[in-house]
Amino acid sequence: MTDGYIWIIIIVLGIGTYIIRFSFLGLIGGQDLPEWILRHLRYTAVAVLPGLVAPLVLWPAATQGEVDPARLCAALVTFGVGLVTRNVVAAILCGGMTLFGMIWALGAY
Amino acid sequence: MTEATGKLYYWMGFRAGLPFLLVVMPFGLLFGVVASEAGLTPVQVLAFSSVVFAGAAQFAALQLMVDNAPILIVVATALAVNLRMAMYSASLALWLGKAPLWQRALVGYVNVDQSYAVSINKFEDAPDLTTGQRIAYFFGAVSPVCPMWVVATALGVWLGDGIPEWMALDFAVPICFLAIIAPMMRTLAHMLAAVASIVFALLFAGLPYNLGLLIAAVIALVVGAQVELWFERRAAQ
Repeated sequence: MTDGYIWIIIIVLGIGTYIIRFSFLGLIGGQDLPEWILRHLRYTAVAVLPGLVAPLVLWPAATQGEVDPARLCAALVTFGVGLVTRNVVAAILCGGMTLFGMIWALGAY
Repeated sequence: MTEATGKLYYWMGFRAGLPFLLVVMPFGLLFGVVASEAGLTPVQVLAFSSVVFAGAAQFAALQLMVDNAPILIVVATALAVNLRMAMYSASLALWLGKAPLWQRALVGYVNVDQSYAVSINKFEDAPDLTTGQRIAYFFGAVSPVCPMWVVATALGVWLGDGIPEWMALDFAVPICFLAIIAPMMRTLAHMLAAVASIVFALLFAGLPYNLGLLIAAVIALVVGAQVELWFERRAAQ
């Protein structure tokens, strides 16, 4: 990895990411969007984030992609608590405790 | 909007964003540690976190850089990871589109998973807010989180590999995302969209350049919208 290689990636990635983030905010600010677009936009977050997380949960890099009971349980507890309580902090805390508890109980490290 | 209500909504947003420190701190810390180990100088690591400002994409890029992948592949993959933010941008434009350009330009810079999730929840729960109140809330929500992303990265660089493995820092990311997703399951349409997203992301996980996630997301979007339409039609009958 040369310095030039690293800096080019940082700068191009920075500009590209900003363009993506600003895109619609900049282009169509203030205009009303048609109903069919609205209908799809309602599901953007639930369409992307679960798919982003699923491989991280099932095939964690920390265990070289092997299914790990501690991480799987922690994920299920986090999601379950979040679903029932609708409280992000409670979900994170319960998930974290499950993870550490399971790692300790299973003697994974 | 008076200055007083602006402040009120700023602090409401601030409180809503605060819990994400629990997530952003370990994530940023981890990036600092991993990027330093990969051979980036402290200045490069800090520039990475403040210029690109996108955790998942930064990790994806770093992974490829360690493998000496071509610049084009590194950038394309990381941007693919970030493409979801175009959808956030479109979604936020509905609520913040009437704000002045300079405010929208700033929103673009800090339009990240956490600030989007917190704000969109608020905007949908309280649709009567003015644009000014929404902007105040949005910047309130990013205030505790975004500066700390860079601070946490710096801490990670400084701590180096002194962080014990049992801390399982790697899993801070999935836990954070799951905690954000769960409260979003408002209707059956949301749930089925989430299920489609998971199934197709796993199915297409082998596709190059993170294309799998993008395809899965598009399918999931359509599933959510179609389920909503189906319920509407049935209710109308």
